Amino acid sequence: MAFLQGIAASNGIAIAKAYRLVEPNLSFENKTIEDTTSEVARFQAAIEKSKAELEAIRDRAQVELGADKAAIFEAHLLVLTDPELNGPIEDKIKTEKVNAEAALKDTADMFVMMFEQMDNEYMKERAADIRDVTKRVLSHLLGVQLVNPSMIAEEVIIVAEDLTPSDTAQLNRQYVLGFTTDIGGRTSHSAIMARSMEIPAVVGTKTATEEINNGDLVIVDGLKGEVHINPTPELVAEYRKIHEQFEAQKIEWAKLVNEKTVSADDHHVELAANIGTPNDLKGVIANGGEGVGLYRTEFLYMGRDQLPTEEEQFDAYKAVLEGMNGKPVVVRTLDIGGDKELPYLQLPKELNPFLGFRAIRLCLEEQDIFRTQLRALLRASSYGNLKIMFPMIATLDEFREAKAILEEEKQKLIAAGQTVSERIELGIMVEIPSTAVLADQFAKEVDFFSIGTNDLIQYTMAADRMNQRVSYLYQPYSPSILRLVKMVIDAAHAEGKWAGMCGEMAGDETAIPLLLGLGLDEFSMSATSILKARSQIKKLNKSEMESLANQVLNMQTTAQVIEAVNNATK
Amino acid sequence: MAEKQFKVTADTGIHARPATLLVQTASKFDSEINLEYKGKKVNLKSIMGVMSLGIGQGADIAISAEGSDSEEALRSLEELLKKEGLAE
Repeated sequence: MAFLQGIAASNGIAIAKAYRLVEPNLSFENKTIEDTTSEVARFQAAIEKSKAELEAIRDRAQVELGADKAAIFEAHLLVLTDPELNGPIEDKIKTEKVNAEAALKDTADMFVMMFEQMDNEYMKERAADIRDVTKRVLSHLLGVQLVNPSMIAEEVIIVAEDLTPSDTAQLNRQYVLGFTTDIGGRTSHSAIMARSMEIPAVVGTKTATEEINNGDLVIVDGLKGEVHINPTPELVAEYRKIHEQFEAQKIEWAKLVNEKTVSADDHHVELAANIGTPNDLKGVIANGGEGVGLYRTEFLYMGRDQLPTEEEQFDAYKAVLEGMNGKPVVVRTLDIGGDKELPYLQLPKELNPFLGFRAIRLCLEEQDIFRTQLRALLRASSYGNLKIMFPMIATLDEFREAKAILEEEKQKLIAAGQTVSERIELGIMVEIPSTAVLADQFAKEVDFFSIGTNDLIQYTMAADRMNQRVSYLYQPYSPSILRLVKMVIDAAHAEGKWAGMCGEMAGDETAIPLLLGLGLDEFSMSATSILKARSQIKKLNKSEMESLANQVLNMQTTAQVIEAVNNATK
Repeated sequence: MAEKQFKVTADTGIHARPATLLVQTASKFDSEINLEYKGKKVNLKSIMGVMSLGIGQGADIAISAEGSDSEEALRSLEELLKKEGLAE
């Protein structure tokens, strides 16, 4: 047996056989063919098999991820049956007497080159589609199994270097019990997917694909971030027990779905969810979210070749507002830049993208983009309880300018006869220390704050959160961070406003007692963390947590804070 | 042979989804169907052909069909272009 330590990305225990999501060998030799008729038939058979496979993948994507994501496979199917691709391949087999593999590769390469040379990002990406499709046909010609996660028909644990969105699109949730990857962290795509699929995952193991063979028995411990390969029967038994306890706990938590979040001494806080698309609403409702505390609108802009239209945005915002049925929905305006790029905007590369032209800075400059989004939001506002939040605000001037633009668009819409809600709250993300420090002044003008801890910590500690070598500085419980959080909450309350938090920290077991004590009003987290947090808060006494918070604010190190919390909540 | 001219109105031009829809519709018919733009003619049943034209907003395009179901094919394509607000 072997053991790997990684990063716990999604809660729970999974025990199953490994399924490696690793590419097979697709190399072949060029041959001369005598019987070209049967070679063409062999090629056509490979096309047919690929077609059946792609149709199955498309259908699954449609069910699991919606028509939007399935569209890419629709395009793959058209490439697969494209007469301008297949015609020349068949001609080549017949006239040049080459094997189907060679004819396919040569012809497809020509098209790939043609598309790659076009000076349009979208067209360049189509080259990847052609490569993808070629690979599938080639695998059928060679009789090797391309990894087809959508075709898995028994319970497995997925082992991969990393999981891309298109990989996860193909995973059959019924059979995938968990996964483990070589690379990634708590906020990487694979980790976020695992949490929204509610399956255990350990990421960043570095060597999972080296150490684990197909069919090995694997335990994924998403609670501690451990992976056990071919464990002893004793260890398996032990883990089955932990798994049962965890599942029993989940059933206990599930009873809290329709309850309000109230502390033992009857103080109410709101537990909301972070979402990326309207599809995430199912999870919010299933987990008893009292609102959406952060709707990350950048997903509307990503994975495409042009900006989303006002109508597309309106549809998405309306769907979320209606889906939440009057519960609050905090929509964050476009937060692009930093680690989130939009190739079609063709922004120049920056040396320090996290300190650069991103989020509100970009929106105030590229006002067309901003105004389109604001119009879509304003038009959707009458369908629910909308709150708008600007990201990366560093100065009051920025907030005022953004607010003025919003106001202008609002007046224009009203003049044009549009219905716009009169009660849209307007807030800001607090993720830059300058704003936290000046929160008392901001509080006079904003309706609410939402503290974005991932960035607030990175900017306060001056430590890039993507840089593993300085990851020790990601210290949410540091007294310095807690003091900033307190300043923001106190400033809000002094003006009769509310303060929320929408970073990883809001759903963190160790942070929750402190945040409750500091007086945080709204906690926004992954939907799957809500019930656990609710259960935790029910057992906590707010007045006791207040004295705990006061005590830790005057401590010197993170370790002292963690110890104090552990002692107080044991 | 049936032929008809259109002006592309979609602000995205004939890319991505519109191209997919056109090719899917064209492929339902037996007729030979071509798309012509700026003197270049491609098979409308070929997604790669259609996209290689890089048709943008305001482009003048012509669709022609030849074969037993050419009239019907052209009618379906015209309907699609109008229904999806792609061209007129």
